[in-house]
Amino acid sequence: MNELKITDLHVQVEEKAILRGVNLLLQQGQTHALMGPNGSGKSTLGLAIMGHPKYEITAGSIELNGQDVLTMSPDERSRAGIFMAFQRPVAIPGVKMADFLRHATTNVRNPERKEGEDLMPMKEFRKELRSKMEQLRMETEFARRYVNDGFSGGEMKRAEILQLAMLQPKFAILDETDSGLDADAVRLASRSIADIGGEEMGLLIITHHDKLLVHNPPDFTHVMLGGRIVETGSVELAEELHSKGYERIRAAYPDAEAENQAMVEQEV
Amino acid sequence: MATEITPDPPREEIGDVQKYDFRTESEAVFKAQKGLSTEVVNQISDIKEEPQWMRDFRLKSLDIFHSKPMPDWGGRIALDFDDIYYYLKPTNKQGRTWDDVPEEIKDTFEKLGIPEAERKYLAGVKAQFESEVVYGSLKEELGNQGVIFTDTDTAVKEHSDLLEEYFATIIPPEDNKFAALNSAVWSGGSFIYVPPGIKIEYPLQAYFRINAENMGQFERTLIIVDEGAEVHYVEGCTAPMYSSESLHSAVVEIVCKKESRCRYTTIQNWANNIYNLVTKRAMAYRDATMEWIDGNLGSQLTMKYPAVYMMEPGARGEILSIAFASQGQHQDAGAKLVHAAPHTTGQIISKSISRDGGRSSYRGLVRVEKGAHEARCNVVCDALILDQESRSDTYPYIEINEQDVSVGHEASVSRIGEEQLFYLTSRGLTEAEASTMIVNGFIEPLVKELPMEYAVEMNRLIQLQMEGSVG
Repeated sequence: MNELKITDLHVQVEEKAILRGVNLLLQQGQTHALMGPNGSGKSTLGLAIMGHPKYEITAGSIELNGQDVLTMSPDERSRAGIFMAFQRPVAIPGVKMADFLRHATTNVRNPERKEGEDLMPMKEFRKELRSKMEQLRMETEFARRYVNDGFSGGEMKRAEILQLAMLQPKFAILDETDSGLDADAVRLASRSIADIGGEEMGLLIITHHDKLLVHNPPDFTHVMLGGRIVETGSVELAEELHSKGYERIRAAYPDAEAENQAMVEQEV
Repeated sequence: MATEITPDPPREEIGDVQKYDFRTESEAVFKAQKGLSTEVVNQISDIKEEPQWMRDFRLKSLDIFHSKPMPDWGGRIALDFDDIYYYLKPTNKQGRTWDDVPEEIKDTFEKLGIPEAERKYLAGVKAQFESEVVYGSLKEELGNQGVIFTDTDTAVKEHSDLLEEYFATIIPPEDNKFAALNSAVWSGGSFIYVPPGIKIEYPLQAYFRINAENMGQFERTLIIVDEGAEVHYVEGCTAPMYSSESLHSAVVEIVCKKESRCRYTTIQNWANNIYNLVTKRAMAYRDATMEWIDGNLGSQLTMKYPAVYMMEPGARGEILSIAFASQGQHQDAGAKLVHAAPHTTGQIISKSISRDGGRSSYRGLVRVEKGAHEARCNVVCDALILDQESRSDTYPYIEINEQDVSVGHEASVSRIGEEQLFYLTSRGLTEAEASTMIVNGFIEPLVKELPMEYAVEMNRLIQLQMEGSVG
């Protein structure tokens, strides 16, 4: 049973504290929803798990199946089975999706691969890519485009889901993978994620909405405020937050709310 | 989905940084004395049994060379002109088949993959070793159609009418000090004539190899593309690494007549102690298109600014340039477009990469002359800097002497972004793989203009250059 365990995680960015002690246990096959108002630290948690160099861990630990994740570089984390679908993926002009994906897929499936060693066979890769793209209703032309270059918001999100499908990680963090998509696209994305995730993967879905959760009913819903998880519940909590907003949460945790306000103001 | 992925370069070549750094034991049949003098110039002319006009031209050019100061811009040139061999004849005859080429020289070109490339995808080949072209071929049907592809020395004798009409008319010896030097001591190079309406489907290729130490290679290329004709000429350049510098100083002149099209592609990968000081210029006439594709990876100092003079309405000039400057290298590369007629269109795309203390400069001139109304020109230069030690400069010059024109210039300098690296590494690529991928993406707009085989070669060279660049 795969397990991603986050213990008392404190993270700062450019000397500013963002996460102030996050505890979270993700297990294989589970879906966790991470909700919370803007600036509460949701994306920071994802980026810290993935190893973004700007996010400095000041205390706490992250372990994957008992292995210390914090000593790993982002590529080692990826090869170990951690994935994050980014909210705003960057463009890599001139690099074709297919070339990038073939390289990434080879490395993740063959973590011991040395630089310069063979990539996965072209024929096998193409066949798999084509079938995954069909499932996601993506035009084959998409594989020839440059990574995220000139993509619409929706195309970027679909490209992230395609990467998730190809890389088949043990744990995936999806950061607002529903934003920028219209209603139909969200439904498709939601169903695709459910298909890809299945019983094998553990999912951490960061979302403002509940649409993405339709096909991925969370086993746990966490609410983040002021850099801490202040409440954990079931799918009903997600539904409540979606219909009623964060008023109750803000009122119930005044200290966290004050810190959240301070963080939001700092950003401006 | 048939073509979206570049095939993997052959495995055994990856990591073979020394591929071009081998020396051939070769006894020259004639070696002029070191240094530059009237005597040496006369000797070259004697050996080549040249007509008087060429001898006079050489001697006049030598005077011009002496009278001109060294350029005080661009890169630092620390050359001792007295310590260079200006002429080195490797063999007495030129081969028509590879079997005719002396064994040790043939080996050199086999190591460089030239005969194989010729069989696969070229319409003709010239291979120059030191000062002389040692091998030449042209597909028979092209010869029958009147296409001429020979070395310039042979052309002086066999096509003197064309030579006297065009030679040094586009780049006279007065143009600059190194054009004068080339004019005095030139040897080898390609002469191409494409008759009206003939469109050559596959590229013609020349390969320039410097093998000897303290050698100066001064090839002289002249290409005449007659009305409605088309040609693509490709040149590759390599040399082994010696402790002292060698000099490569070529002159390339091109005439694109009415409605013709010429593309000239260079992949320069000289050893890192070669001075590469080259003058390249084309004249494009009515509705003709001239394209320079210029890839500079090697050399210690390159100063090269391919030019297109658009002489009549409808002429087009396009220059694509990539420069990759690594440790100890200065690539001062760029382009020059002169709009001398109305309704002419120009484009310059320059991409430079600097790493490991290397320095790259874009130096470009766009000039719109009086009367060239409705000229349009666009310049884009992007520089990518891989570390703090490296440097990139841009020197764009624009002179506009006409009202109704459109000239655009965009320049960008970027460092490999932390966000791009993070994105790619978060997908399992190592930092080195990610950097190489970003660099290859950066030059992709240019590489995709190359024929497949050269594109693969270019990506491979970039990969070699990038090895060990991170961490």
